[in-house]
Amino acid sequence: MIEIEGVRKSFGPLEVLRGIDLTVRNGEVISIIGASGSGKSTLLYCINGLESIQGGRILVDGEDVHGRDTNLNRLRQRLGMVFQQWNSFPHLTALENVALAPRIVKGKSRAEAREIARAQLEHVGLGDKLDVYPSKLSGGQQQRLAIARALAMEPDYMLFDEATSALDPELVGEVLDTMRLLANEGATMICVTHEMGFARDVSDRVAFVDEGRIEEIGPPSQIFGAAQSEKTQRFLAKVR
Amino acid sequence: MDYTFHWRPVIRKLPDLLEAALVTLEVAVLSMVIGILIGLALALIRMSGKRSTVWFAVGWIEIARNTPALLQLFFFGFGLGAFGFHLSPYMIVLCGLSFNNAGYLAENFRGGFNAIPDTQYRAARSLGMSAIQAYARIIIPQVFRIVYYPMTNQMVWAVLMSSLGMLVGFRELTGETQFLASKTFRIFEYFLFTAAIYYGLVKIILGASRLIAWRLFRY
Repeated sequence: MIEIEGVRKSFGPLEVLRGIDLTVRNGEVISIIGASGSGKSTLLYCINGLESIQGGRILVDGEDVHGRDTNLNRLRQRLGMVFQQWNSFPHLTALENVALAPRIVKGKSRAEAREIARAQLEHVGLGDKLDVYPSKLSGGQQQRLAIARALAMEPDYMLFDEATSALDPELVGEVLDTMRLLANEGATMICVTHEMGFARDVSDRVAFVDEGRIEEIGPPSQIFGAAQSEKTQRFLAKVR
Repeated sequence: MDYTFHWRPVIRKLPDLLEAALVTLEVAVLSMVIGILIGLALALIRMSGKRSTVWFAVGWIEIARNTPALLQLFFFGFGLGAFGFHLSPYMIVLCGLSFNNAGYLAENFRGGFNAIPDTQYRAARSLGMSAIQAYARIIIPQVFRIVYYPMTNQMVWAVLMSSLGMLVGFRELTGETQFLASKTFRIFEYFLFTAAIYYGLVKIILGASRLIAWRLFRY
């Protein structure tokens, strides 16, 4: 379970998050939607401690992410993250991209790590690209590689930061399909996304973030069918 | 033109010249190894932005890049000598070249680090890697490729620069040539021949560098 309580985050004088409260239960898929610059991505970075916070707290399975004694390297193993700019490691093959962290972070043997990597790459449909360097992969394939890389650490939670925003339109589908697959397998996911179709079909709950606050949260049927907040309605009218 | 070339004395001393060429190569390689390690440290210190240490890195880099290499050599020879630290000619050249290499390489490394997107580091950390692991496994290997050819240039430069060793009494290739030439007065022949050895040395380094790059950088 991820508990986000009254989280505040500023970059200098600019307050990006102004008191976010959100609880994510295990097995739940939550989509976070909202305009660019509303603080959605920053929230994800705060959850795995890549960003500090100025107020409130975030608990992952009861462990305070920003606590003084928290071992972030260990905590992050439970929080897989997929970035907008897929960030594959260009100097490593697909297999090495995925096998590296299990080996050097989790201490798996070389053979074990390669086996995990092979399995995860097959999982995301890249079983035939094991020895290929990322530069030879399309954006969609690189993003699936990034998903496999995160999954190889066997995280309890997956954080997706606009995983399809940087992709050419024709490549969005394959990445969304992979995310759907994970959701159907029962993964706990927080997805910052601009894909309203995905948010509607796959999420258990959708949160609309506006000006650093959660303006409205509820099942997709509520958000997309009968939004209570006028701001939510206005935002959805614009993106449709 | 009524100069008559006499090559025989030069040919007779060929083993001495080649041996001196090896000394040149040795001091250049060592100064590169030291220069890379210190240069990397200087680049990291400079990028850390900590005022208490940045001045040191900036000062080193500025002096190494903006003063004649010969004067840097003299510093380690006559400069330290004036304070009672007497280094051997070999150490003077090694220290001088390492100092110079470190300054130039630090700036290459800094450029290399800046060329790696911040997000690579974040991605590595998000997988649970420590900062040191992220640098060692993700960032530095990529920087290494970016700075590889500038580094090769610096290696060539180190070989050529080591000829300044002659002026502090170091018997590397140029010093040896000077020594032998002065004994036989076939000065033109000797230095022409030595120039050819330098040329060959540099070509070998460039060839080896290309071979290593081909083996190393498959992506």
